[in-house]
Amino acid sequence: MSLTPDDVKSIARLARLAIAEQDIPAYAKNLSSILEFVAQLDQADTAQVQPMAHPLVGVPQRLREDQVTEKVDRDRYQANAPQAEAGLYLVPKVVE
Amino acid sequence: MEWETVIGLEVHTQLLTKSKLFSGASTEFGALPNSQACLVDLAYPGVLPVMNREAARMAVKFGLAVSATVAPHSVFARKNYFYPDLPKGYQISQYELPVVAKGHLDIELEDGTVKRIGITRAHLEEDAGKSLHEGFGNQTAVDLNRAGTPLLEIVSEPDMRSAKEAVTYLKKLHSLVTYLEICDGNMQEGSFRCDANVSVRRKGEAKFGTRAELKNINSFRFVEKAINYEVARQIELIEGGGKVVQETRLYDSDKDETRSMRAKEEANDYRYFPDPDLLPLDISPELIAEVKATLPELPDAKKQRFMSEYGIPAYDAGLLTAGRDLADFYEAVVKESKVEGKLAANWVMGDFSAALNKDDKSIAASPVSATLLAGMLKRIHDNTISGKIAKEVFEAMWAGEGDADAIIDKKGLKQITDTGAIEKVIDEVMAANPGQLAEYRSGKDKLFAFFVGQVMKATKGKGNPAQVNELLLKKLKN
Amino acid sequence: MLHTKSVAEMARDLKARKVSSEELTRAFLERIQRFNPRLNAFITVLKEQALQEARSADLEIAAGRGGPLTGVPMVHKDIFCTQGVKTSCGSKMLDNFVAPYDATVVERMKRAGMILLGKANMDEFAMGSSNETSFYGPVKNPWDETRVPGGSSGGSAALVAARLAPAATATDTGGSIRQPAALTGTTGIKPTYGRVSRYGIVAFASSLDQAGIITYTAEDAAMILRVMAGYDERDSTSVDCPVPDYVAELGRSMQGLRIGVPKEFFDKGLDPKVAEAVRAAIKVYEKLGAVVKDVSLPNFMLSVPTYYVVAPAECSSNLARFDGVRYGYRCKDPVDLTDLYMRSRGEGFGAEVKRRIMTGTYVLSAGYYDAYYLKAQKTRSLIRQDFIEAFKSVDLILGPTTPTPAFKLGEKTDDPVTMYLNDIYANGVNLAGLPGISIPAGFVDGLPVGLQLIGNYFDESRLLAASHQYQKETDWHTRLPKGYEA
Repeated sequence: MSLTPDDVKSIARLARLAIAEQDIPAYAKNLSSILEFVAQLDQADTAQVQPMAHPLVGVPQRLREDQVTEKVDRDRYQANAPQAEAGLYLVPKVVE
Repeated sequence: MEWETVIGLEVHTQLLTKSKLFSGASTEFGALPNSQACLVDLAYPGVLPVMNREAARMAVKFGLAVSATVAPHSVFARKNYFYPDLPKGYQISQYELPVVAKGHLDIELEDGTVKRIGITRAHLEEDAGKSLHEGFGNQTAVDLNRAGTPLLEIVSEPDMRSAKEAVTYLKKLHSLVTYLEICDGNMQEGSFRCDANVSVRRKGEAKFGTRAELKNINSFRFVEKAINYEVARQIELIEGGGKVVQETRLYDSDKDETRSMRAKEEANDYRYFPDPDLLPLDISPELIAEVKATLPELPDAKKQRFMSEYGIPAYDAGLLTAGRDLADFYEAVVKESKVEGKLAANWVMGDFSAALNKDDKSIAASPVSATLLAGMLKRIHDNTISGKIAKEVFEAMWAGEGDADAIIDKKGLKQITDTGAIEKVIDEVMAANPGQLAEYRSGKDKLFAFFVGQVMKATKGKGNPAQVNELLLKKLKN
Repeated sequence: MLHTKSVAEMARDLKARKVSSEELTRAFLERIQRFNPRLNAFITVLKEQALQEARSADLEIAAGRGGPLTGVPMVHKDIFCTQGVKTSCGSKMLDNFVAPYDATVVERMKRAGMILLGKANMDEFAMGSSNETSFYGPVKNPWDETRVPGGSSGGSAALVAARLAPAATATDTGGSIRQPAALTGTTGIKPTYGRVSRYGIVAFASSLDQAGIITYTAEDAAMILRVMAGYDERDSTSVDCPVPDYVAELGRSMQGLRIGVPKEFFDKGLDPKVAEAVRAAIKVYEKLGAVVKDVSLPNFMLSVPTYYVVAPAECSSNLARFDGVRYGYRCKDPVDLTDLYMRSRGEGFGAEVKRRIMTGTYVLSAGYYDAYYLKAQKTRSLIRQDFIEAFKSVDLILGPTTPTPAFKLGEKTDDPVTMYLNDIYANGVNLAGLPGISIPAGFVDGLPVGLQLIGNYFDESRLLAASHQYQKETDWHTRLPKGYEA
């Protein structure tokens, strides 16, 4: 599967990754080679096979009691925030 | 050209669990910003989700109430997109295998017929946080308290054919989820959110037209207006040679119009895949049976029962059973007072509901309890007071002046039922109004009301109306 | 010498008061100071904190309290959240991140009284097989400082090999414990998926990640795994089954043990000298009474391509939370929201991470999901089935850990696929969720070579016992790299 520079740009956009213009060809080349490599999977006969999302086959999700168990230490958690004010996280304005 | 409207509704209901869907943080409304966002809700590196049992039970409850198939095995999937109120960069939702599959809700149309609205599916997912765009200059502020709150997304089939049908369905659904006590139904606070998928097609056409998704509708009234506006817009567009674009539109209640949401740069490719941090949700037959046993009497059944047990008409029964609180209140009043169902219904639907609305109170906060109201109704029933006087008593009870007996006593509101006493007053009134008496006796029947009024005035309203009428008629004729 | 003692020996000496935790800690801190500049195995060294912990441990021991591991120094890979301590995942994205909580594994080892010396360098966000993608620079292999130590737990492996600590935690998603253990002559175990809690470990690929330990000996690994393992209600993928006493079971006899050797492993990619070392190891097991036979893993060749669809898919989603909003790197003066995301992530992540995120985004995207992701979930089933089938007739599977010994720095960084193939014998184990261990099995041209043992689900006891018995017959695991002896 060969990716064009435009393909790379749109994937990067979907993944919110800024890629410098001059690096795009290298990414295109590397990603194409990876995709070509994984295309080997096509050769496998999987017609009768169930997909496996998880090694814990047949194990159901544990359900937790509906209790409030978390004490939120907001100031400590927000100490890592690049920008916060009055307890709120700030980002550039979004227009809907 | 005859047009047909096709509407499907997607309703997000916030479930009434104490803690979040995948974390143990509180879901209480109104806390300080980010004071209920724990590390899991904040999507800190390394944290993991663990599922809330009660949310699963509530989903099962809903499924059973709409006669749907409850999936024995459902899967959580990640819906990937970037937005500041979505801390993980994905929402944990359900995609291919939702917990509740096909069900239905029957609604009563205006002409009395019953229409079955299909429910395609209902699934569990976590709510996002809140973005505040005003008040922070050229920045948006993010509060993640709401992030992780459990939602049950209920998707209807595109079975509705008018805005009115849509509102009826919505009200029925609202009533159902509040009855089941899985959601508090507060549209203003956002715990019951409706998105409408609206399209039009020429009558007789089999294919559906392109639909627009309407968002930001937070009252039943606005649902109707938004849909009507959108239908008109689409018809005008098509008739003018244009094409309806599949898009999301915001309803602006101030301008009463729908607006295209700022063009999203590219259609969102959510890249759904099964969430590898969670295992499949297994709902056993035992759990289903256990939940089934806790199902309350549902609105329709309650309505029928009220009609037969309390002898009230469909209209009254419908109003009284729309909300579980009101239905429970009414039932308590009837049981305690043992008066006719219709009398109780009139008072609950009338003065009681009016007072609640005026003071913007919920039934739980009502100053007049079922016992108080029942006490008053008993006094109407046993003729101690008339219906008219009862209004005064009710007002006094609402103001906290005590129970009916105490108020009747204190204000001396006991009805006069003594025939002799009434006759005496009638005689006095007749004597004091000879002119009108003469006119009445010479054929001016209208003056009867005047005499009733005078007698009532003289008795300070306490004359038993039926007796006053009867005795007055007799005496006037003579 | 203090630094050549195993954890078991240190624990005995501590209990017998022959040595204090403070002495041990000082000794290792001194070695770290001396040797780390050459190896770059550490991102953070916690001198004061470690000494304080050591002193507390000494008090516990003096009071007769404390357990088998109290006072023993160790290191955490910088992927484990450690409260109050920088946790960077080898990335610029988390260069300024101080974790507000401890991972479950960290909590358990703290409660066991172990002393945290520092955080180990690693491939960025655990993506790599050579520890060359770290924001903090590559880690060198103490056996030959022009060569890589393997990855992603390169820092953990290198520092244990150089005896800068007797144990270091690590994580393994596609070989990241076993491969560096093999390239550095150390013992590294990846437990069964679900055996050790993932809570507090920065997620790379959720259905593949497992935490484990790198030590000098299998006995040490057994002692520490006992503490790390166990059900954690904060991790939905944590399995609730009892943790055996791995140490007590180390002495199991190898008599009659059925060992399977997959013929597919001995293909043209395998360095013949490595193959020779593996065959010599087979002889040792036969001497111990094991019965060795051929088995087949017919879909083995699908492991690497399957892995490189599943892991990037999961990581593309797991790393979406790094957006410059609540923690971590934020770009300067973002002009709008999209710019905030694009540049914070574009600048905060290195090239390999970006490549994997983009691969993952692609294989999950509309139109490609069925052909790639869904297909890979099916081939994953096939791979798992192969192992289940093999384990019907054998108790353990044996083979090389890596196709070659340590390669030179920069040798494989041009083509990602060449790098990926280093994990050819390892990936399948993660895909199936089985436990695997790498133990030192010899040298090729002076460079360590690793033997991999793969066990059945939750059969770590047998893996550790088989490794321990092998280490009683051989001394590969006791060798030190030149220049690091003193």
